[in-house]
Amino acid sequence: MSNLITKYFPFFTDREVPHTVSARPDTGLYSAKLGIWLFLASEVMLFGGLFSAYIFLRIGSEPGYWPAGLLNVPVGTMNTAILIVSSITVVMAWAALKMRQLGKYRLYMLVTILCGLIFLTVKLSYEWPAKFNHFGVFIKKEAASKYEDFLGNKHLQEAGQNPRWEISGHLLDAPKGSHYAHQAEHNAEHFGHETGRHDAVTPAEDDYVIQLDAVNANPSDKDNDRPHFWPVPMSTKLAVISAADVESASVFAPRHSTYFATYFLITGLHGLHVLGGILVFLYLWLPFPGGTKLYKTNPEHLANRVEIAGLFWHFVDLVWIFVFPIFYLL
Amino acid sequence: MSLKAFHLFFILVSIVFSAGMGIWAFKTGASDGLGWGSCVAAVLMLVYGVMFFNKSKSIIT
Repeated sequence: MSNLITKYFPFFTDREVPHTVSARPDTGLYSAKLGIWLFLASEVMLFGGLFSAYIFLRIGSEPGYWPAGLLNVPVGTMNTAILIVSSITVVMAWAALKMRQLGKYRLYMLVTILCGLIFLTVKLSYEWPAKFNHFGVFIKKEAASKYEDFLGNKHLQEAGQNPRWEISGHLLDAPKGSHYAHQAEHNAEHFGHETGRHDAVTPAEDDYVIQLDAVNANPSDKDNDRPHFWPVPMSTKLAVISAADVESASVFAPRHSTYFATYFLITGLHGLHVLGGILVFLYLWLPFPGGTKLYKTNPEHLANRVEIAGLFWHFVDLVWIFVFPIFYLL
Repeated sequence: MSLKAFHLFFILVSIVFSAGMGIWAFKTGASDGLGWGSCVAAVLMLVYGVMFFNKSKSIIT
């Protein structure tokens, strides 16, 4: 029995694991490098499948039902730059270990960890919450003419663009008993004063009242036909929408649309990968037996560990380099 | 593939996407500042990539 354990689970014994530093003669690689590339191959299939799903869902969506320009491009750009910088610092950390400069390794690894933490903090404390605070109402096609002042479909038709079926902004009032009644009350307290006219409208019990995004406040403005790098401030204009004219209504959460379902799925999965990378980097940075303590006994082994973690980190950053343009720009 | 080679590939992809973002910004009229900024970032990454390639030859095998 003990022979079997020793044979198939060598890491349960005191025996040294072979080829952690030297290359295996059959593959020409040390074992962990072969392992990480097999793992990354499976990751390519995972994210490749999700990206393919996104592309086909987008191509197959009905005109006007695929939102655009709803994400904060400057924040996304900043996060992209942070990840690119972190890829540079992780390579610097690895090179420092190769040159046996522990102090520099610690510094570069710390910067990498901080970059990852900033990325996650921005995503979880700013970008996602901002979405959950935004509300969109898809209007039934047969009722669209009633809301032409907010949809601007005549203008869009003349401009040769897809029609618009959604009215979005801050929800200030929701139909009685609605799932969003509490949020509307909260928003009315925080944003209602911006409009000044909230008290002026007298919605019926089954009406939505929305403080409009610029695109719905001036839908025929040609300036709204192009994407904007800097977010356009919200208008003070209000729209009163009858629940009977609404096809679907939701905050900008996965239930809102296929677009946001894929956005939260892919950015959430990517965020989990960033978190995983940060945890591994912390382990390698702190004085654990497999972390910087290993430097005293076997610095090359630690350098190899950092290389493996760095390869994973580069893959995660590469995924973001694709996520950013398809969700934020196109 | 080593981390060094993957890093060079990553920088190459970043250059392409940065230049692409610049073209997007100019073509759509989103922001000229973003367009120029992206082009400058692409050039800076190209310079960094060349420097990294030359320097890493001597320190990372």
